[in-house]
Amino acid sequence: MEYLTGQYNYWVVIILMMIGFYIVISHGNLVKKLIGLNIFQVSVFILYISMAYVRGGTAPIDAAEYSLYASPLPHVLILTAIVVGVATTSLGLALVVRIYRAFGTIEESQLSHVEEDD
Amino acid sequence: MTHSLVLLVVIPLIATPVCILLHKRLLIWPVVFTVSWITFYIACDLMLAVRDGGEIYYYLGSWAAPWGIEYRLDSLNALVAVIVSGVNALVISFARASIFQEIPEDRIYLFYCAYLLNLAGLLGVTVTGDVFNMFVFIEISSLSSYAMISLGKHRQALLAAYRYLIMGTIGATFILIGIGLLYAVTGTLNIPDLHTRLSAMETSRTVITAGAFLTVGITLKFALFPLHSWLPNAYTYAPSVVSAFLAGTTTKVFIYVLLRFLFSIFGTGNMFDIVSLDKVLMICALLAIYSGSISAIYQNNIKKMLAYSSIAQIGYIVLGISISSVAGLTAGIIHLFNHALMKTALFLCVACIVYRTGKVSLKSLGGIGKAMPWTMAAFVVAGLSMIGVPLTVGFISKWYLILSALNQEAWWLALAILTGSLITIIYVWRVVEAAWFRTPASELRSGKIREAPLSMLVPLWILVIANIYFGVDTGITAQMARQSAELLMGMP
Amino acid sequence: MAEHDLILLTILIPVLGSILIAIAGERYRDVREGISLLSAVLLFIVVYLLYQELPESHLEAVKLATVMPGLTIAFRLEPLGILFAMIASFLWIITTIFSIGYMRGNGEPHQTRFYVCFAWAIASAMGVALSANMFSLFIFYEFLTLTTYPLVTHSGTDEAMRSGRLYLGYLLGTSICLQLFAIVWTWSLTGTLDFTRGGVFGGESSEIVVTVLFALYIFGIGKAALMPFHRWLPAAMVAPTPVSALLHAVAVVKAGVFTVLKISVYLFGLDELASSGAADWLVFVSGATIIIASVIALQQDNLKARLAYSTISQLSYVIMATVVLAPLSIIGAAMHIAVHALGKITLFFCAGSIYTASKKKNVSQLDGIGHYMPWTMAAFTIGSLSMIGVPPAAGFLSKWYMLLGAYQAQVWTVVTVIVISTLLNAAYFLPIVYAAYFREPPRTITPHGEAPAPVVIALCLTAVLTLAVFCYPGPLLELVRQIGK
Repeated sequence: MEYLTGQYNYWVVIILMMIGFYIVISHGNLVKKLIGLNIFQVSVFILYISMAYVRGGTAPIDAAEYSLYASPLPHVLILTAIVVGVATTSLGLALVVRIYRAFGTIEESQLSHVEEDD
Repeated sequence: MTHSLVLLVVIPLIATPVCILLHKRLLIWPVVFTVSWITFYIACDLMLAVRDGGEIYYYLGSWAAPWGIEYRLDSLNALVAVIVSGVNALVISFARASIFQEIPEDRIYLFYCAYLLNLAGLLGVTVTGDVFNMFVFIEISSLSSYAMISLGKHRQALLAAYRYLIMGTIGATFILIGIGLLYAVTGTLNIPDLHTRLSAMETSRTVITAGAFLTVGITLKFALFPLHSWLPNAYTYAPSVVSAFLAGTTTKVFIYVLLRFLFSIFGTGNMFDIVSLDKVLMICALLAIYSGSISAIYQNNIKKMLAYSSIAQIGYIVLGISISSVAGLTAGIIHLFNHALMKTALFLCVACIVYRTGKVSLKSLGGIGKAMPWTMAAFVVAGLSMIGVPLTVGFISKWYLILSALNQEAWWLALAILTGSLITIIYVWRVVEAAWFRTPASELRSGKIREAPLSMLVPLWILVIANIYFGVDTGITAQMARQSAELLMGMP
Repeated sequence: MAEHDLILLTILIPVLGSILIAIAGERYRDVREGISLLSAVLLFIVVYLLYQELPESHLEAVKLATVMPGLTIAFRLEPLGILFAMIASFLWIITTIFSIGYMRGNGEPHQTRFYVCFAWAIASAMGVALSANMFSLFIFYEFLTLTTYPLVTHSGTDEAMRSGRLYLGYLLGTSICLQLFAIVWTWSLTGTLDFTRGGVFGGESSEIVVTVLFALYIFGIGKAALMPFHRWLPAAMVAPTPVSALLHAVAVVKAGVFTVLKISVYLFGLDELASSGAADWLVFVSGATIIIASVIALQQDNLKARLAYSTISQLSYVIMATVVLAPLSIIGAAMHIAVHALGKITLFFCAGSIYTASKKKNVSQLDGIGHYMPWTMAAFTIGSLSMIGVPPAAGFLSKWYMLLGAYQAQVWTVVTVIVISTLLNAAYFLPIVYAAYFREPPRTITPHGEAPAPVVIALCLTAVLTLAVFCYPGPLLELVRQIGK
């Protein structure tokens, strides 16, 4: 039980990751795929953030009353990764808009029909 | 401390906003051209320095490693940097006319921005000594390549770009997970530091998991066999110049990343011993060689054929790596260099054809050798190089590969490599036969199709001559590859 | 001029010639063919000068480039190589004369491409002949395949393309899959690929390894047309006749058997082969090839196809004589390279001459043709006699030495095969001669004369030479006696 509850943050990460992955694989709608991708990425962000958290720790502020700090580095790193994620999503959405204009649909099943015609 | 190492990345990065500011299409190309050749010059200079004097370091902001970000150049990434910047310089010299024709006028400056970002990203991945920095650069180069692919003329380009984006992001996220796990175990992101700390501790399950995530993520990025599905369409529908650039550089850089992680970070053969990763890679590589080559035979679109052939050639490189001896790694690294030369040359030939005829199907090319003799002669030479005919770089790669297989007494592997090149003959020869020995189509006979302009032929032929030159004089390439292989295998 | 420069000239002359031919092009066709002829003559002079140098040759390799440490592109003077180079370069002159008549007479397309590729093929053959190590030999061997491919597919018809694919598939396939494999293996075993007297293995490798390697080489040399890798040769007969004559009776196929001889003598060493027994099986394979190919030749109605199968069987004579491993049979094998070249090129010239004059391709159409084409059929008769091995044609000489060698080594299989195949040779050549002279020509035939003068001159020259070699075999014998010494 300790094994399950003690590291519950990792379980959450794994569950989120799988949900996101499943959406990417199973959904035919291009926007939904992007949403799945986002969930997938967010799970990794949580992995980083929760990994660095120290129970009872605070942000690293150099003051007498605080002695226990959470590691700031993964938080900083994940800020960068979030930016990358935002860029990916926006590029993906832009592509979906263009695809909709070019093909008139964003459903994978209909797109594959169109593809065969080309 | 010399600053040239960081300039390699900074110059293209700074040139990007300059391009946006310039906005005029006539001014942009000279800027990009200059930037490309400067980076190439710097890369060559650095490679020679590394060859003679050993590793070069650069601490960004003078924060010493492992706290600050460190750029680090040894013989392996010096060679990769030369490949990337060299291919880029030639492709850019070639690109002007082709870009004007294939990309809408109002987007040209944006295209060049994406292109420069891609270059900066790839060079960044190559020279950085910090794994998180590497991830960021990977994403910079990937995002810009999605954008570039989507600019292809055909509407399928959009779908290809979208699918590449989904696959690529999954790959990148896998890499991110791997890096995170490594950080959780060691508390560092610096490559040499990671190596010292990892080798000091026992290989835990977390490290193996990290290795698995990284391997899958990276192989997805360079399209190793079961994870290659994004590549054919992306290369086929991208603008011709982009296909040439991506084929010559992206896959090479990601193979370098794999080498970095598997050998420099996890320690030589560590992953190979514990989870038999070498066997897995070898099987994937063989399947890649055969599935790629056989698929290539059945393609009627030449670009798609070349794309499938890329998958096969990536298989050869990984095969060399999976032999995991100095000879095998040398073979893999040499083929890394050589494949960049031949595949870029082939894609540039196709770009010439597209520029003049607008067509890429094998049927429409009947007898084109008469109309475009120089282009198709280049195709023949580069094609022969891919087959592995003596006096071309392809032969050198094959020789080293077979030799390394025989050194391990794996004669069946040597035979598999040779049979693979037989299949290469078939698909290369389909094009050669069509171009030179079929009777020309009426359109070709009317004399409307002319030879590609000199601005395209000159860079193309520089590549072709490089294909022959490095096939006769293997001094530099073999030495660099051998040095890198010894470095990776942990020999001083 | 120094030996060094002369050797490089053998490659340079045809290459430079080909460039000039390409520049002259279709517009100045007299100039183009003049250049072709001139480079052929120059090349022969250079090779002859090299032949003169042979006794004083210091046997040092001329290095052109070092590709990898220890692997060089290098040339060296050596009797067997000189023999092959002499034959190829001399017959290039005659074939050029023949080609001018044939190509113009038949109004063939793409003549510039034809002459250019022809010159390249000769340059590659020179490279094969003079290579100092297996690595360079392999390079030129591959180039020979690639440069002759456009000649095979010359006509551009679907049949020609199919044959071209077969040609490329067999020759590149065997050389890449088997020969290259064997070369890399040799390199990884011994660390050298130089042709050395007595071989490079030095008795250190196990018998099984040597046997497997030898087999890989032998089957890897597809140009020697050993069964089962012989199909490309009949397929290549779609090429214009000059190509069949010089390349597929002399340069290409002889490059094949030349390589077999070369690796047997200089890479493995006759003693190594004899002591390890690595070559014993080959007597049977080559013997079977001789007989089977002869039987197939009997059934061919197309004259060139019949000649092609005859070539396959004659090539295996060389291989079989080589693996008898007796000194006399090596002499026989080397002589047969020269002698068969002269005889077979005569026969192909005759086939080309008949086609040019009458457009006939089949044996069954040749009744009474001797009356219209006396010179051609006279030459054909001499060529046939040489193939069968009857004096006063040169073919007798090489067969004699082969028999002597087989007798010396007490290999009765070889003697039997030679006797049977001689009968078969007679059975498929003599009926043609008989029909040409003693059958009545069919009434429907429109009378025609001889082929154009250059064609007739060429075939008479080679026919006379076939007789001359029989009468004055001295220089040839002198040369082949030095092989391996």
